[in-house]
Amino acid sequence: MPLNAYLTLAALVFAIGLFGVLTRRNAVGILLGIELMLNAVNINLVAFARFHGDVTGLVFALFTIAITVAEVAVGLAIVIVIFRVRRTVEADHLDLLRG
Amino acid sequence: MRAGSPALALTVLALPFLAWTLIALVPPLRRAGRVAGLLGIAAMGAAFIVAALAWLGAAPRTAAEHPAVTWTWIPADAGAMATVGVLVDEVALAMLLLVTLVSLLVQVYSLAYMADEPGPSLGRYYAYHSLFAFSMLGLVLAPGFLQMFVFWELVGLCSYLLIGFWYDRPSAARAAVKAFWITKLGDLGFITGIVMLWGATGTFDFGELFRLAGQGALAIEGLGTIMFLVYLGAVGKSAQFPLHVWLPDAMEGPTPVSALIHAATMVTAGVFMVVRAFPLFALVPDLLVLIAWVGAVTALLAATMACVESDVKRVLAYSTVSQLGYMMAAAGAGAAAAAFAHLLTHGVFKALLFLGAGVVIHVFHTNDMFRMGGLWRRAPWVGGAFGVGTLALAGIPPLPGFYSKEAVLGGVLEAGLTWPFVLLALTAFLTAFYMTRAVVLVFFARPHAGPAAGHGHDHGLHVPALMDGVCRLLALITIGLGGWMTVQALRGHGDAHAPGWLMALSLGLAVGGIALGWSAYQRGVPDPRRLAGVIPLSLIGAAARRGYGLDALYAGLYRAALLGFSRVIGWLDRYVVDGILNALSAWTLRAGDVLRRLQTGLAQDYLYGVALGVLVLLIWAQWGAS
Repeated sequence: MPLNAYLTLAALVFAIGLFGVLTRRNAVGILLGIELMLNAVNINLVAFARFHGDVTGLVFALFTIAITVAEVAVGLAIVIVIFRVRRTVEADHLDLLRG
Repeated sequence: MRAGSPALALTVLALPFLAWTLIALVPPLRRAGRVAGLLGIAAMGAAFIVAALAWLGAAPRTAAEHPAVTWTWIPADAGAMATVGVLVDEVALAMLLLVTLVSLLVQVYSLAYMADEPGPSLGRYYAYHSLFAFSMLGLVLAPGFLQMFVFWELVGLCSYLLIGFWYDRPSAARAAVKAFWITKLGDLGFITGIVMLWGATGTFDFGELFRLAGQGALAIEGLGTIMFLVYLGAVGKSAQFPLHVWLPDAMEGPTPVSALIHAATMVTAGVFMVVRAFPLFALVPDLLVLIAWVGAVTALLAATMACVESDVKRVLAYSTVSQLGYMMAAAGAGAAAAAFAHLLTHGVFKALLFLGAGVVIHVFHTNDMFRMGGLWRRAPWVGGAFGVGTLALAGIPPLPGFYSKEAVLGGVLEAGLTWPFVLLALTAFLTAFYMTRAVVLVFFARPHAGPAAGHGHDHGLHVPALMDGVCRLLALITIGLGGWMTVQALRGHGDAHAPGWLMALSLGLAVGGIALGWSAYQRGVPDPRRLAGVIPLSLIGAAARRGYGLDALYAGLYRAALLGFSRVIGWLDRYVVDGILNALSAWTLRAGDVLRRLQTGLAQDYLYGVALGVLVLLIWAQWGAS
């Protein structure tokens, strides 16, 4: 399969993730969107590694997965704390920064 | 032509400065009052002795020599910009004697006159006096315009301080400010003039400038304007029309201060400057004619104002203005020597008159001559001393006023200034008249049955010995000076080329004025009140009482011009300058109010922004950048 197919898939996944981040009202949904975007990047990395025959991309993908795990853990922890304090995780209600 | 010792002149200058520094910088000394006074008097006395030594030890010199010792001052790349030092010629020597003598006598007199002042106040008084004497001596000795200007301003400052000595009196404070501002108006011209002169010639030094003038090398563009500006300084300082209005108001100061200001220090500075810089003024004949005219008009106007004044000190003040007009007229006529002679003799007898007036005021506790009278019987000595001053001012021989006044009149006539001569002759008549009027009202008129007149009778006449003694001494000095001048005149040293009828005229005018004053105010023939009702006299009298409307004119100008201008500026500031700032701040506030709605605080909105921005960047990178 040509490289373009992988890249197109990655772009689609990234766009879906971005759409989720921008439109989901639930904080957990936003986290899921971020996961999708990160995985789109992983697809790119792996595709390029394979295409160029260079393992550096694979190593980067592994790093990204590890960081993603940590990020999700921290993100979920923050969501839980917010829920405890504000009794909600709806993004529309979290507007403490409003000018 | 004589030259004195610079070292002695510097000593004269240093002594009052030392006294001032000590009194000003040592608070216990100042608070002690009388001790400070004695210190000031001791310094002044020593200065007088040194000045007399300098006078006696002066060596003859040729006209070409310039007896100045100078040090460079204000170093610049192209040599020093100015010099300081002392210029000890015969003019300076005579002024040193006059200033130290009058300052000494006034300080001694003040010890009694100001005896009721609390200690600190008296100390302040003597500190000012010492500074005043120092400033005037420095002015007299100045070898260049710049040093003269510095001391000129110091003199102005000291007269401000002393006129406003009783600063808790609003009228005194106002008079002090008035004196300061009006003389400053003239000084503005003075500094502009000397700086322009410096710009044209590159020097402030009198010797250098006179040398240039003598060589005819001073035919610079605008010399007339420059000298006119310099003359403006003298107009303010020497109370020439129309800037004379500060001098009568300066009577708010203590009487000895008036004596000092009028006789030796403040007002003589202007005449002295014109005499000192006369070789420069002589290059502008038109300006000389103007100076003579202004002087003559000042003399006559001030004399008419003195005729209608009822305050004894203000009569003397107007007479000073009048005599300053004489001096300036003489200088304008080219008779600088006559002007200077009149300055010296006037200094002596005007000090006498003011100190005598101080005694009179001390006795009657009022300045109003119409509430005085009959002092002759009770204090013939005071009357005698005051009378000597009056006769000297009126110009009766052999008192000094006669000779100097005749020299002035002769000089003006010789210069062909007929109309100023007529004005001055008329002034001589009026001078004799108003001084006789003052003497009659104070010493001879029937004592008024008022509290002021009764006071002296009840408690007996008490004149402090110091005040009395100083007056007697000054009267003796006046008579002695007159005697000396008589001897000089008989020997033929005086102004011999004046026509013979001039002496008769000036004597006749003086005697006529005295006779009219005596007959009108002592005998009541003609009745002064009826005399004042005759049409031209009544109009002149009414105008003179209002000071010829000059004060009103200045007040009007101040209100119309300065306050009007301030109002326009104020409106501009309030509505244009402030308006721009207010509009700017209002717009800033409104813009901020609109813009802050962008800050929703929702993280997703910001992310929209970021995503949009990235999209724009991508599109730009793809299509725009090529």
